[in-house]
Amino acid sequence: MAFVNIQNLTYKYPLTKTPALQNMNLQIEKGEFISIIGANGSGKSTLCYALAGFVPHFFKGEISGEIEVDGAASSKSTLDEWVVNVGLAFQNPFNQISGAKYTVFEEIAFGLENAGVPREQMKSRVEEAMQLTGISNLADRSPYSLSGGQQQRVALTSILVMQPKLLVLDEPTSQMDPIGTREVFSVIHNLTQSGMTVVMVEHKVEWIAHFATRVIALKDGAVLTEGKPSDVLTSDLLIENGFGVSRYTSVAREAKKQGLWKKDKLPVTLFEAAEGFNTK
Amino acid sequence: MKIEIKDLHFTYPTGLEALQGISLTINSGEQVAIVGQNGAGKTTLVRHFNGLLKPTSGSVMIGDWDTAKYSVAKLASRVGYVFQNPDEQLFSRDVLTEVEFGPKNLGYSKEKIDELVKQALAWTELTDKTETNPYDLSPTWRKMVALASIIAMDTPIVIFDEPTTGQDFANVSRIAHVIAELKKQGKTVITITHDIDFCAENFERVIALSNGKILLDGKAREVLGQEEILAQTYVDPPQLTRLGKLLNLKETVINQEEFLNVIARNVG
Repeated sequence: MAFVNIQNLTYKYPLTKTPALQNMNLQIEKGEFISIIGANGSGKSTLCYALAGFVPHFFKGEISGEIEVDGAASSKSTLDEWVVNVGLAFQNPFNQISGAKYTVFEEIAFGLENAGVPREQMKSRVEEAMQLTGISNLADRSPYSLSGGQQQRVALTSILVMQPKLLVLDEPTSQMDPIGTREVFSVIHNLTQSGMTVVMVEHKVEWIAHFATRVIALKDGAVLTEGKPSDVLTSDLLIENGFGVSRYTSVAREAKKQGLWKKDKLPVTLFEAAEGFNTK
Repeated sequence: MKIEIKDLHFTYPTGLEALQGISLTINSGEQVAIVGQNGAGKTTLVRHFNGLLKPTSGSVMIGDWDTAKYSVAKLASRVGYVFQNPDEQLFSRDVLTEVEFGPKNLGYSKEKIDELVKQALAWTELTDKTETNPYDLSPTWRKMVALASIIAMDTPIVIFDEPTTGQDFANVSRIAHVIAELKKQGKTVITITHDIDFCAENFERVIALSNGKILLDGKAREVLGQEEILAQTYVDPPQLTRLGKLLNLKETVINQEEFLNVIARNVG
């Protein structure tokens, strides 16, 4: 059975009229790097919450169907059992920072403290995680004195340090400059190489194309289409449904109409575009 | 309304020298994007425009007002500021009250307030959400409420701090539309952004900051083509500019139309 298995999942938040997820089915294998795309309100964050157990255990509401991770069923687990296996970095890092810690180092150790990890082991794990995400220099700063991009790295690190089997990231680079974005993608990529499974919500199409093993496009709480990044990110379905595509894809689509793009397949990345425009 | 900055230095109480001698003139009606790495001083700079920060040394003039001598409340009639995080600026129980708050405080007439609010709600496509509590809206719609509440103040200068962060394609288009409308009205728009493609498509002038100093300042095409200098402040040129470079196009292209024109010419 797949490492993550979502079956007929329908979920409605309390006090809302329409379900945020509607009869969703999704299987994810171990070590995959899944990128979730979709318009605002398509269910991306709710899917993240469902994978992380916050839906329904924290948010309540009405749920049917099942979410299984590594053989365990969400409906039969409690949230504190669930978080051992699944880590979620929030869209807004400010909402994730505990407010109970004075330094970045302590903030990152917070989860390990709660899990009862021995002190020495805790220290080395925190140091390792900070090194991995390039924030060792922030160790003694207050989490609240940081820029948005730095806070996002702290939020990410405080999840990575827990060594979850499934890592769920909701727009982890939204406030980062391009170098920060590149670094985060390459860290995540390396983690998937060593067997971690990653689900990432992301709007930055060019990076998705480079790193994700599969792209899942959501619309109205259900899967619209899924597949290889180079197929999904160039499909007409995306344009028809108001998704953003890379400038390389849109310029080639326009060029094709004018006979300036000769290949069948549209590019997603810089090199695909350069190759295509060169061979004419 | 002209913005004139002379040898601006700013040091935070922690000792961090965030701005180290910025001199800059922004003329009435210009559309300016400010780019640069995290920590370059972008937000620190624009917070001087509405007086949230006061110069450690040097001066910032908004028209004939020296910001050191005017309160934030007073400056709010000249400079509108849309925060990066809408949750830092929203507090009313419904969208309409929120959007009316600014123009009411500026003491405009009832007719003018109604007209400004109507227009701001239309531009941000919030007309059908006036009775909703902003916190019942998704973060992206809250962003539009934040935008509307500042636009409705009808200030000659409008500042956006990272308007496209975390926004989907539809909302980025909405924001671009708002900026275009402000331009038509002759407003000065200053935007901080990491979204360099958005920058290329919507702004005439680009200022790149690095470590509290101006690295580049000029027409979008001139600035965004300087790949090596931009790299110093962790900014990549726009996607199509990079593609143009890789294809050895003679001119620097920054948007789709330019790119296709050059390609078509090369073929023909």
